[in-house]
Amino acid sequence: MKSAVIVFPGSNCDRDVAVALEKMHFKNQMVWHKETTLPKTDLIVIPGGFSYGDYLRSGAIAGKSSIIEEVIRAANSGCLVLGICNGFQILTETGLLKGTLLRNRELKFINKDVNIKVINNQTKFSCKYKTNQVLRINIAHNEGNYFTDSKHLDELNKENLIAFKYCNENGDVNELSNPNGAMDNIAGIFNSKKNILGMMPHPERMVDDVISNSDGENLFSSLIN
Amino acid sequence: MKFTVTVTLKKNVLDPQGKVVENTLVNLGMENLKSVRQGKFFEIEVDEKDQQKAEKTINEICQKLLVNLIIEDYNISKL
Repeated sequence: MKSAVIVFPGSNCDRDVAVALEKMHFKNQMVWHKETTLPKTDLIVIPGGFSYGDYLRSGAIAGKSSIIEEVIRAANSGCLVLGICNGFQILTETGLLKGTLLRNRELKFINKDVNIKVINNQTKFSCKYKTNQVLRINIAHNEGNYFTDSKHLDELNKENLIAFKYCNENGDVNELSNPNGAMDNIAGIFNSKKNILGMMPHPERMVDDVISNSDGENLFSSLIN
Repeated sequence: MKFTVTVTLKKNVLDPQGKVVENTLVNLGMENLKSVRQGKFFEIEVDEKDQQKAEKTINEICQKLLVNLIIEDYNISKL
C-alpha cells in the first residue's frame, strides 16, 4: 500500500509518522505543501506540528494551502485520510471533519502519555484493535479541546463516529480522565463515510517498545490490510 | 478604504483567556468589573471606492479565513 505524508512549514511529526508507516511496510512519499498534485496513494497523512506557527488559528493557514485542494478531492473520492494532532486541526479547518479544537481547558500545553479507549473498531483505521481496548498514547498539544454543535455530537454518537475517548487505565471515561476539556472526552473522530480519521493523540510515537510502547502500531497495521 | 474587524468567541463558547484576565482584574481590585471577553483585531485596507462592494469583500475575507464560524462571531466597522 502507498502512503503520502503532507509536509507544511512547521510540521514536526512528519518524519516520525513516515518511520511508523515504513515499519508497517507502506511505500511512503513525502509531499511538500506547495505541490499541486498528489502522487497515487491509498492513504494521506497530515502530520502533527505547528504548521505556520499556529498563526491565526491552529491549522487555519495550512487548511488553505494548494495541496489541500487535492487532499479534499482525494478524500471525497474515498481515499483514506489520517490527521494527527495539528493534522486533525487542519482537517477541521478544511471542513473534511466537523467541529473544531479549542484551547485546552487549563490553558496549558500538555505533553504526556494518556489512556484512550477504542470506541469503534469497525473501521479501516481501527480493525486490529478491540472495542473498549485501552491504549496508552502520547498527547502533545495546546488546542486539543474538541468542540462541536449538539446536532453533530448526536450524529457522532448515533452513527458511531467517535474513534477514541480519553479514559483512565481502567477504561472509565470521566471528567478526571479528560486532559483538555474535550466534549464527551473525545480524542478522535471519523467523518460519516469513515474514510477520514482525525485524532489528537500521537500513535506514531507508540510504535517502538524501546522508546515508548507499541500501542499505536495497530492503527497503521489496520490500514495495511 | 480601511476597516477594522474584531473576532470574538461566541457567547456560548467558554473563553478561558478572557476569564483569566477577568479574575486577575478582580484580584487587582476592579470591583465594578462585570466581564471580560478576549478576541482578535484586524485592520484591513481594500482598494475600492464603493463602500458596499468593499464591505462585501471584507465579509468574504472574514468567512473564508479570519473567522471560524463554528465558535467565533465577527464585527466589521469602517475607519
